[in-house]
Amino acid sequence: MAELTYRDAVTRAIAQEMSRDPDVIFFGEDVAKPGGVFKTTVGLYEQFGPRRVRDTPISEQAILGAAMGAAMTGLKPIAEIMFSDFFAVCFDYIANEFPKSRYMSNGQLKCPLVVRTANGAGSRFGAQHSQSVENWAMMIPGLKVVAPSTPRDVIGLMAAAVRDPDPVIFFEHKSLYATKGEVPDGEIVDTLGSAKIVRPGKDATILALALMVPRALDAATRLKREHDIDCEVIDVRSLVPLDTRAILGSVARTHRVFTVEENPRLCGWGAEIVSIIADEAFYDLDGPPVRITTPHIPLPAADTLEDLVLPTPDRIVETVRRSLSA
Amino acid sequence: MAKKKNRAPTTALANAGPNDDIGEETRRRLYEVQVIIREAEQRAFDLFLQNLVKGTSHLSLGQEAIAAGFAVAMRPSDLSFCTYRGHAHTLARGVPIEKVLGELMQRDNGLMRGKGGSMHLTSVEHGVMGSYAIIGAHLPIACGAALRAQYKGADDVSVCFFGDGTTNIGAFHEALNFAAVWKLPVVFVCENNLYMEYTPIGEVTAVAHPAADRASAYGLERIVIDGNDADAVYRVAQTAFARARAGEGPSLIECLTYRHSGHSRADPAKYRPEGELERWKERDPIKIYRERLIQFGFEETAIAAIEANVRRMVEDATATCKAAAPPAVEILFSDVYADGGWAWRN
Repeated sequence: MAELTYRDAVTRAIAQEMSRDPDVIFFGEDVAKPGGVFKTTVGLYEQFGPRRVRDTPISEQAILGAAMGAAMTGLKPIAEIMFSDFFAVCFDYIANEFPKSRYMSNGQLKCPLVVRTANGAGSRFGAQHSQSVENWAMMIPGLKVVAPSTPRDVIGLMAAAVRDPDPVIFFEHKSLYATKGEVPDGEIVDTLGSAKIVRPGKDATILALALMVPRALDAATRLKREHDIDCEVIDVRSLVPLDTRAILGSVARTHRVFTVEENPRLCGWGAEIVSIIADEAFYDLDGPPVRITTPHIPLPAADTLEDLVLPTPDRIVETVRRSLSA
Repeated sequence: MAKKKNRAPTTALANAGPNDDIGEETRRRLYEVQVIIREAEQRAFDLFLQNLVKGTSHLSLGQEAIAAGFAVAMRPSDLSFCTYRGHAHTLARGVPIEKVLGELMQRDNGLMRGKGGSMHLTSVEHGVMGSYAIIGAHLPIACGAALRAQYKGADDVSVCFFGDGTTNIGAFHEALNFAAVWKLPVVFVCENNLYMEYTPIGEVTAVAHPAADRASAYGLERIVIDGNDADAVYRVAQTAFARARAGEGPSLIECLTYRHSGHSRADPAKYRPEGELERWKERDPIKIYRERLIQFGFEETAIAAIEANVRRMVEDATATCKAAAPPAVEILFSDVYADGGWAWRN
């Protein structure tokens, strides 16, 4: 057991998989010799050499297209898109090519690849380098979508993603890179499609993802201490496949549900989950499901403004408290 | 600055003689493949008029020499990446006509059992790694397949076919740079049929030769060939493939040709200047190649036998497809994910 940062967990995860399987290659912009703009891939170039760890030009379409071509012919590429906002310039691969090739070819083509990307706000980068775009990927049939919140999950879910036979979009949160967590020694492999109860509770279920998980946990601690409200916090971890069983099971116990979403309001992942709960667990509920999201606006750059719009522990505490006392 | 107009090139019938580099059997095959494409595409058009080909279709009538020349020069392990105008390249790799027509007719016997349609023909067992309907998308994908070959030390070449219109989209430029920087064994083949969909390519492109005039930007040789002469195509393919297999990197080849039909089935091609089609039909690749065979001593009866055999194959394929059932409903939810199903939740 060792304490590791989320950033170093990314490096360890990729190294673990590259050591295991010589068909795993890794490329992206500034990822090899420079070690990544977020220093998430430092040392991989030195460890695995220039054939397996490569710097690309600033060509997001070429990066994702090449990953797909390599994947469909037998390699297991990990491709980095530096900021998830840049998905917009290579969205053809994410929306049209990776997820549809197997279906359109009636199962002839395969696409086992991982696209990893830095997602989310908190760095004061403004509206084009801070977005949470996991819902862009979630809406497309044929993709798998994960977003770890801890160093241990970074390694376990990355290993699961690399070993998965489908295209996986792997959202790292840039505001979590410096956070630390306990990580067991040896190989770590998780499974895609499993949520995790990170704090058991009986009065309400709080569903969170990535950076919103530590905020939800912080809020749950305060809700218990200050208001005697005992919240269960679930780290959703995987949007596709979605662990609806864990979510519905929790709602059946607590009878109240809150989502904490960093994405802008419309069509956020919580909307889909709330609709599933409404369809399948309506009579388990003692009150309306509540979504706590970033408002439907582009993100501002200024720290004081950005802090006002992302869901915070304060806002979660206040929303849960008010809803449960209504 | 006045731009040079693309004109039908005139190629003298050189190299005729006993020391020919192509040889009798290859020539026979080059002709046969062109005739297969011509007859199958013509049949696809006829079936469309009978409302038996549904959806859209983009025919390669008039462009057969390019598909034939490259495919005949390929090894079985080489990979083809096509556009939505991909029937020709699929047939050229040896995919049975009934599989292609079946997919166009959206029957259960089609290449992808009706799940892909005319624009996405794929036959991995024949090296046809997909037909891509988003302009430019497959150039980077071909780079990735070539990257795998380079990484694994395999000697296969990825061959990527696209139209003149593709040269103005970003993925074209990203892929060429990427392939050149990494010296990937990929051959980019631009089929310049003078029209990007409905608009003349010259009206929307800064240079006269949309592919070849961009080659120097990526350190590549400027190559323009007569795309209606299967021998010229075959020769340039051999050179490019040898270069790729030797680790010398990508090639970009612009093949001048002409589309006899409209862009898609919805397009009657009224935008063409009067007489243009007729002038190009004088340079019909199949007409050229038939004369070539005679010149090289093929008997008229041998040529007629090739043609009759292909026509019979097309008739048989048509009958098979007409009798085939529509796709089985149970495939609707199959192969979304690698486990064979479509489940996104538990």
